[in-house]
Amino acid sequence: MKHKKQLIRILLSGAGLVLAALLPLEGIPRLIAFLAVYLLIGWDILWRAAVNIAHGQVFDENFLMAIATVGAFAVGDYPEGVAVMLFYQVGELFQSYAVGKSRKSISSLMDIRPDYANVERGGELVQVDPDEVEVGDCIVINPGERIPLDGRILAGVSSLDTSALTGESVPRDAEPGDEVISGCINLTGRLTVEVSRVYGESTVAKILDLVENASSKKAKAENFITKFARYYTPAVVIAAVLLAVVPPLFLPGYPFGEWVTRALTFLVISCPCALVISVPMSFFGGIGGASKAGVLIKGSSYLEALADTEMVVFDKTGTLTKGSFAVTGVHSTGMDDRALLELAAYAESSSSHPIAQSILRAYGGVVDRSRVERVEELAGHGVRAVIDGRAILAGNRRLMESEGIAFDSGQEAGTVVHLAVDGVYAGRLVIEDEIKPDAAGAIALLKENHVRRTVMLTGDSDAVGQRVAKQVGIDQAYTGLLPADKVERMEELLTEKSSRGKLAFVGDGINDAPVLARADIGIAMGGLGSDAAIEAADVVIMTDEPSKLAAAIRISRKTLRIVRQNIVFALGVKAVILLLGALGYANMWSAVFADVGVSVLAIMNAIRALQVEKIVSD
Amino acid sequence: MKKTYRLENLDCANCAAKIENALKKLDGVSDASVSFMTQRMTLECDDSRLDDVLAKAKTVIRKLEPEVTVR
Repeated sequence: MKHKKQLIRILLSGAGLVLAALLPLEGIPRLIAFLAVYLLIGWDILWRAAVNIAHGQVFDENFLMAIATVGAFAVGDYPEGVAVMLFYQVGELFQSYAVGKSRKSISSLMDIRPDYANVERGGELVQVDPDEVEVGDCIVINPGERIPLDGRILAGVSSLDTSALTGESVPRDAEPGDEVISGCINLTGRLTVEVSRVYGESTVAKILDLVENASSKKAKAENFITKFARYYTPAVVIAAVLLAVVPPLFLPGYPFGEWVTRALTFLVISCPCALVISVPMSFFGGIGGASKAGVLIKGSSYLEALADTEMVVFDKTGTLTKGSFAVTGVHSTGMDDRALLELAAYAESSSSHPIAQSILRAYGGVVDRSRVERVEELAGHGVRAVIDGRAILAGNRRLMESEGIAFDSGQEAGTVVHLAVDGVYAGRLVIEDEIKPDAAGAIALLKENHVRRTVMLTGDSDAVGQRVAKQVGIDQAYTGLLPADKVERMEELLTEKSSRGKLAFVGDGINDAPVLARADIGIAMGGLGSDAAIEAADVVIMTDEPSKLAAAIRISRKTLRIVRQNIVFALGVKAVILLLGALGYANMWSAVFADVGVSVLAIMNAIRALQVEKIVSD
Repeated sequence: MKKTYRLENLDCANCAAKIENALKKLDGVSDASVSFMTQRMTLECDDSRLDDVLAKAKTVIRKLEPEVTVR
């Protein structure tokens, strides 16, 4: 709307300018004709200049444009006065349009705010503001609706589109008992959900808050620009005054007016707008683009730091590995593997231990409890059970040793469960924490992106730790660490990197908060639903994929490249035109181009920071 | 504590920087930032002085950029 009005005004003034130039007017009537057009196109600039002077703000753009164009009128060059003002307004319109457009494309990325929730109140469904829903309320989410609050599914089966939060395009299946996260879109079935967190504490509110406040932690480049602008503008003004006053004193050949015009041109060129707009905009675009890819960056200072990542330190469990146990090997003696697995599952069927759960998952079948006669848990050793009338022992090597059963300890790292039937060794199951499918690729990608060193810290045994490190291609692994040791190790590693390079620590946010805080950049993985991770980290990877880290580093490098391009381009063009202006080769037209034209180009370049699809898909 | 406000009609990046500098110098403000992109300002100040600080911030903003309104 605002843009449309402005456009009409510009078109009218343009027509007026042509008309005034064509009419055969002389003297005062000619002045009046041009002045009318000038006021139509420039009244707001003149007004703002006057108001700002009244407020003691002398050197702003409005003032410069007012003085430059009034100056043109004073020397009798009416068409140029009007045309420069017109050109300036066209540039401003472009600039405002580009800024508005990019604001919109960034905010559409963050368009995950739910508008309403369907709550069951007294047997009826009522549409209310998500803010009004309390913990324990039942909400209904129809296909196509956004999940307004975090909760647990009571009824209904569906698949969820989590792409707005994670950048993951494959829908996630959801069934009763599953936790759902606000901000996802319900795709196929109607869900009834019991709310577990109020809106203010829900995932979507946390993410929105984080992204909206991301810009308060400014990058060095941004602070540099602000500081630069503070000294630059007065410096240029002083230079302009000198340019107007000094040469006429020493070069008597030139008329005084000529130098004043040059000084004015000089002033118009000097506006630092291109930098002041495009630099924060690039950072914001980079942060927005990263969030589209499922990486939340809490401030442009961290985006800037990511680009200098030199060393990446990983936590093992939950970061490089899934943090869930799985049976990775079945080695039976005297029976087939399936039968061994079945025996183990029956023996462990009453245990809730993660290892027992992994065996039950691997077995997959239904356990017929009537076949299990007696189960006895032997703390620290395993289980003794009677199944189908046979005496079963399932447990670690200590159990086998104490029962005097000869067993094969095997070569595998990981947890081993040995089984014996009626006092005879029957075989062993190997249970391991699974390595994430993209872990090795993630490390390779980091190396490709010039990360010099990768390190792994783990509380796990040396055998397990070293094997995982070798499998994923990590340079170095420190194993058997207690949480306090991890901080100490981190301190050491910090002294081993170069002074410019940054150290990033990637953890799952569970009990590694002190390490996250100590690193230059603390990165939490699998942030969905984990408050601790979102709070403690500087960067949150919303999915479980360590490969997103390399994507984040590439996004940060691209953003910084754009920032540098803009700084060099804007300052370069300005320096050249300033020089030409001082020498009298640049007129007011090129000056306005150096101001708004460069701004528009820099903004268009900054918008590129938003485009991350190529980086992520690589 | 930290409070965030919307700045409507914040159309010029240089003005955002000027407003930020002025806000930082305000008595009672421990930190301030203005984001041109999100059109938001964040004020950090003592809980008890919030009303006073906000009033002062509004005056400063009106002086620097009469078109901007604080929400």
